[in-house]
Amino acid sequence: MPRRNDLHRILIIGSGPIIIGQACEFDYSGTQATKALRADGFEVILVNSNPATIMTDPNLADKTYVEPLTRAYVEELIRRERPDALLSTVGGQTGLNLSVELAEAGVLDKYGVELIGAKLDAIKKAEDRLLFKDAMRSIGLETPQSQLVTTVAGGLDFADRIGYPCILRASFTLGGTGGGIAYNKEELVEILERGLDLSPVHEVLIEESVLGWKEYELEVMRDLADNCIIICSIENFDPMGVHTGDSITVAPAQTLSDREYQMMRDGALACLREIGVDTGGSNVQFAINPKDGRMVVIEMNPRVSRSSALASKATGFPIAKIAAKLAVGYRLDEIRNDITRKTPACFEPTIDYVVAKIPKWAFEKFPGADPTLGTQMKSVGEVMAIGRTFKQALWKGIRSLETGRAFGSEKLEKSLITKKLITPTPDRLNYLRFALAAGYTVEEIHDLTAIDPWFLTQMKEVVDFEGELAGTTLIAATREQFRAAKRFGISDVQLAKTWGATEIDVRNRRKELGIKAVFSRVDTCAAEFESFTPYLYSNYDYGDEAEPVDRKKVMILGSGPNRIGQGIEFDYCCCHASFALQEMGVESIMVNCNPETVSTDYDTSDRLYFEPLTLENVLNIVDTEKPDGLIVQFGGQTPLNLALPLKRLGVPIIGTDPSNIDLAEDRKLFGKLLDDLKIPCPENGTATNVEEACAVAGRIGYPVLVRPSYVLGGRAMVIAYDEDMVRQYMREAVSFSQDRPVLIDRFLEDATEVDVDALADGGSDVLIAGIMEHIEEAGVHSGDSSCVLPAQSLSPQTLATIEDYTIRLARALNVIGLMNVQYAIQDGKVYVLEVNPRASRTVPYVSKATGVALPKIAVGLMWGRKLKDYGLATGKLSVPQVFVKSPVFPFNKFHGVDPALGPEMRSTGEVMGVGMNFGEAFLKAQISAGSPLPDKGTIFISVNDRHKQEAVDIGRRFSELGFSLVATRGTANALRAAGLPCKTIFKVNEGRPNAVDLLKGGNIQLAIYTTTGAPAFYDEKAIRRSAVTYRVPCITTMSGARAAADAVAARLRDPIRVWSLQEIHEAKTTVA
Amino acid sequence: MNTAILALEDGTVFEGKSFGAPTERSGEVVFNTALTGYQEVFTDPSYAGQIVILTNPQIGNYGTSSGDNESRGPFIEGLVVREFSPLASNWRSDAAADAFLSRAGVPIVSEIDTRTLVRHLRTRGVMRGVLSTTRSDRAALVETARSIPTMAGLDLASRVTTNERYEWTHGVDSCSPSELTGTPRPREFHVVAYDFGIKHNILRRLVHSGCRVTVVPALTSAEDVLALKPDGIFLSNGPGDPEPLTTQVGNIRRLIGKKPVFGICLGNQLLGLAMGGKTYKLKFGHRGANHPVRNEITKRVEITSHNHGFAVDPDSLNLNEVEITHVNLNDQTLEGFRHRSHPVFCVQYHPEAAPGPHDSHYLFEDFTRLMREAR
Ligand SMILES: Nc1ncnc2c1ncn2[C@@H]1O[C@H](COP(=O)(O)OP(=O)(O)O)[C@@H](O)[C@H]1O
Ligand SMILES: Nc1ncnc2c1ncn2[C@@H]1O[C@H](COP(=O)(O)OP(=O)(O)O)[C@@H](O)[C@H]1O
Ligand SMILES: [Mg+2]
Ligand SMILES: [Mg+2]
Repeated sequence: MPRRNDLHRILIIGSGPIIIGQACEFDYSGTQATKALRADGFEVILVNSNPATIMTDPNLADKTYVEPLTRAYVEELIRRERPDALLSTVGGQTGLNLSVELAEAGVLDKYGVELIGAKLDAIKKAEDRLLFKDAMRSIGLETPQSQLVTTVAGGLDFADRIGYPCILRASFTLGGTGGGIAYNKEELVEILERGLDLSPVHEVLIEESVLGWKEYELEVMRDLADNCIIICSIENFDPMGVHTGDSITVAPAQTLSDREYQMMRDGALACLREIGVDTGGSNVQFAINPKDGRMVVIEMNPRVSRSSALASKATGFPIAKIAAKLAVGYRLDEIRNDITRKTPACFEPTIDYVVAKIPKWAFEKFPGADPTLGTQMKSVGEVMAIGRTFKQALWKGIRSLETGRAFGSEKLEKSLITKKLITPTPDRLNYLRFALAAGYTVEEIHDLTAIDPWFLTQMKEVVDFEGELAGTTLIAATREQFRAAKRFGISDVQLAKTWGATEIDVRNRRKELGIKAVFSRVDTCAAEFESFTPYLYSNYDYGDEAEPVDRKKVMILGSGPNRIGQGIEFDYCCCHASFALQEMGVESIMVNCNPETVSTDYDTSDRLYFEPLTLENVLNIVDTEKPDGLIVQFGGQTPLNLALPLKRLGVPIIGTDPSNIDLAEDRKLFGKLLDDLKIPCPENGTATNVEEACAVAGRIGYPVLVRPSYVLGGRAMVIAYDEDMVRQYMREAVSFSQDRPVLIDRFLEDATEVDVDALADGGSDVLIAGIMEHIEEAGVHSGDSSCVLPAQSLSPQTLATIEDYTIRLARALNVIGLMNVQYAIQDGKVYVLEVNPRASRTVPYVSKATGVALPKIAVGLMWGRKLKDYGLATGKLSVPQVFVKSPVFPFNKFHGVDPALGPEMRSTGEVMGVGMNFGEAFLKAQISAGSPLPDKGTIFISVNDRHKQEAVDIGRRFSELGFSLVATRGTANALRAAGLPCKTIFKVNEGRPNAVDLLKGGNIQLAIYTTTGAPAFYDEKAIRRSAVTYRVPCITTMSGARAAADAVAARLRDPIRVWSLQEIHEAKTTVA
Repeated sequence: MNTAILALEDGTVFEGKSFGAPTERSGEVVFNTALTGYQEVFTDPSYAGQIVILTNPQIGNYGTSSGDNESRGPFIEGLVVREFSPLASNWRSDAAADAFLSRAGVPIVSEIDTRTLVRHLRTRGVMRGVLSTTRSDRAALVETARSIPTMAGLDLASRVTTNERYEWTHGVDSCSPSELTGTPRPREFHVVAYDFGIKHNILRRLVHSGCRVTVVPALTSAEDVLALKPDGIFLSNGPGDPEPLTTQVGNIRRLIGKKPVFGICLGNQLLGLAMGGKTYKLKFGHRGANHPVRNEITKRVEITSHNHGFAVDPDSLNLNEVEITHVNLNDQTLEGFRHRSHPVFCVQYHPEAAPGPHDSHYLFEDFTRLMREAR
């Protein structure tokens, strides 16, 4: 079956904002699919609400819609575009669910759109856990026994039959809420009651536990001719019970004999055929009992998944790209293997290295969240490492994580070992090493963790050798010891730490002894055939296959694992840097270690080094490639941390000078610069002890904002309203020292925050790309507040001032490339909060709103071009419509965490809403962010005294829009005093029925609930929590409430309409 | 650490860590890219006379288990790996890979840059080599490598075949309570299998598909075979160059047309010669478990298990008499053909797998169908 010529226009649905469990991997898959289909002459229409993605780049698809991923908006889009087919399998769970919804609602039939990839019945068979289990049993595959229960009693007697522990999953709850593992009757009752209560259909699935079994995944592809291949086998280091997304995983499977592996392969193929996934990639999860080899199927995903991304990067086999081609009729044997060129894609990749994936968590940002790892995924990102052996890969992976702590300097409690081994948490890996070093035997650790002895033995070998190294010194260490250390994957930093030397001493000594890294290729075939794609990883064997080319080349340092505050936005920038370089005829070399990203696709850059972003690994590549330039300003903080050291070692960093980037971070120097420029910033000071802090705060005047030096994403930043809070903060919250003082700023209350992105060419030209007005007032982290382009409420003078400051700052810092400035405006006065002379989180959003790919131009400027070469000059880009960016939060994954917004960033992703007016754009943004605003019903208002007057205005607007009001006593009085009808309800601690009861009962459609400023009281928190739990949008700032009123008005006023970025920017953006 | 040295005839020398038997062995140095199934590789008689490089860098992890042997014991001359695990972690394992090979006198060299070695052989072609834990004089070892006979022209099959005829009745048994092996067919046919180095899983699969199998030595005459009144005749896999096996080819020629014949690997090459075709040596052979083979009749692609250094030249076959049934999609080499007028067919790859995917088991059913029709 060759290409289907009856299809012409294909709709691809993306996966929306980055959330826990659904990250960049679907930008990777959507982008690959789009590229593949267009290359084949299909017209691709793409929709995704996430502006930070590469896939939503206007020049990638024929039509690109950044619109809400809901039936209403996508139906409107289908009505306009009339696609022939919908590819349902590359947009993650979101894309799949929406496809199903559109199919079941008859939308696809109505407009004659064919579902390709996976058919409706196949998807349902795979997604419905019970249908799936029946299907598996019907073909003789075992699955853990399970039953849906609707009562505690029913649950108890099923549990008695299958025995404890057992796994509980509440039906249709957000991200596994209401599920858990019950080890006894009491826990079962507790979890079950909660689950039944939380499940909208009051249903919980109880399942036989296979905790401690070995967990595996197979990545399978199938074409319309029923040719099936396995792309990759993945073995989980952490046994069943820890979600694959939270497990360290290893490819290929390490502890299966051929007999067992083939049994699993047969099972996976049978599963795919029975479910009826007729084309594309799927993944099947298995568990094997290590005692007798009994195998059960856990689940299958009839679509490209997180593991598919991992498998693609691990083998060099582009699953999403091939899946797309299969969906349009190609057979596997009709598609070529890009890497070998000669051989077809119809084969099973084989690898001659080992791949380890390690997740990255962000619990420190969610105090009160339970860090225990279980059946629900909690990690926010991951790294992948490739080594010649498992040991090398694992140690490389640990190094890629950027824990911020030097390897081995983790604080470990001997007394906690047993506990930390038994209960999996993010630091179990550290405790494994620690336990081995402390003399625990492999058997003992296996008994506590059920981790396969083979993995533990591998770790032990390294830990033992670390012991040997501790016994020698930099000078005494033999060539053999150096060589062994490197082959084990031990970093120069770790050696330096062990020997009390510097990393560079170690590096030099090592090279003296002739121990140098070489690079091997990822080639899908274990070197059986020649490879034509330079997809490389370092190791300490002998043969080097880097084969650097002699031409102008620039290296781009990526942003490493996703984390809160540094995510896909920076991958967007890095990919664009690469595209721009290629357009300029410069060879682009990408360095990154995040398997989810587009930047780690072997065809994104001319050359790809899949390596940790550490000084050591970057220098190894520099030694081999000898690049003409190195770009550090696009990868977020990760490459910036390397900028100065690299510069000192003479690596040619292009763009803004690292010392100027650093200057902007340095309080004193930067303060002086602002004085010289006569640009105001909030009064501030630093303190290294409690008394000093109180003194400084007293001088500045409360409230103040206190934070440690050198932090990102507003880490550990709090607003102190009085001296007690300052004392408490200094006592408990942070560690500080002479060289790391605590920073204290006057907190600008009720100030409007503004983000500015600008381009400067080092000459005199500075282009203001976007002035983004935040919806939430200053005090809510820029990454956590919604913002709008163009600014809505700023006066012409204010805008002029902002432009003037920005231009002067750019010139003063001699910025070449991108710059981001944050301002706060209080009573008409503009203050600078911070300057980041580098790509910021908002670059993709601004690029999409203005229709100008900022990073592309930035790279040109770094490479010596001037703004005028792009027909641009000092001035400001205009935006044709209104664009609102809104954050997305993971609160539904973290029970008991207060969702109130503050200066510490906690959002995982973002969405963009496009409209003709602010209300419409904000409305769409809220829908995309998963907190749609109501069009009727009851609004619950409770605000502190400072906000009473505004609350009245807002209350009035809502009642005019036909909503009824309920409020807590104080607010209610204010509302009534203003003549607004309003019901009074109890606060939680006042009695019942209280606000929580109403939320739970579904009697409230929107909650407006501001903090009193002081650390949230139980009451407030309880209300905001239950709003999250029962999915009632909860607004915690007055400005947010105002915006919500605009949005609701728009919802009642404006029709449902969508625009493609292409049509929005048709009229070529001009410089205003 | 005890070192071992691998010396190649072209003067290339690799040194690594020694496991297995402390000894010196020589042979043709070849590589296998399969990710699983090292024990099946060790014990496949087709590897007689060969030192095997495994490209999977972690070998030994799951130990060995007697149930997984493909013959009476290891046949490889030596093993070359990137990292060897002395620890066996798998519930079925009854002996660590180290002990398993030591007992059979097979040396192992670990810590070798197998990727570089494979790229070397890929470009230069397979060559002779010596694996020694006893000598460290590199020049001398290279000399020895040059002095051993080349594969071409050697009759290795007669060296590994059984001395006398025996009956095989053991079917396929499952490796786990969850393995679905399917119910064995009732015994319906008598198959005489020529042992040129036959793998046990071929015998198991024949039994599983309803055959009683009599295994006979490589040089048994056609007449003696027919005297056993078989319903069908099987030609096994085996080591080395098919061309010197003229007697065997003669016997096969006399069997074509008398009874249904099924050949695998060497059996496929011998049939090729018997039908007037020619065989040739591949530059570095096919050894792995991921080769795509297209069935030209059904157009379905099978992922197949391979182990051969020689192949039949399709252009040498008389296509009026022979029909090509299977082609390798990686390099278009001939993977299977059948006689147009007689119930005779064969494949170059290994449908019995072990190690490798099970995609091609159907060929054993094809064989029994032919025997049924021939009744
Ligand atoms: N019956 C079970 N016993 C023990 N652990 C389980 C069981 N079922 C699932 N798990 C664990 O929970 C994780 C998530 O389950 P899964 O069915 O894969 O849901 P998801 O759709 O979130 O991937 C698995 O990776 C596994 O570690
Ligand atoms: N002086 C201030 N007054 C009010 N809000 C502030 C002040 N300084 C910082 N903020 C708030 O804290 C957030 C984080 O501060 P910022 O300096 O941007 O840290 P980061 O480097 O983590 O972005 C800002 O986005 C802003 O909302
Ligand atoms: Mg899963
Ligand atoms: Mg900031």
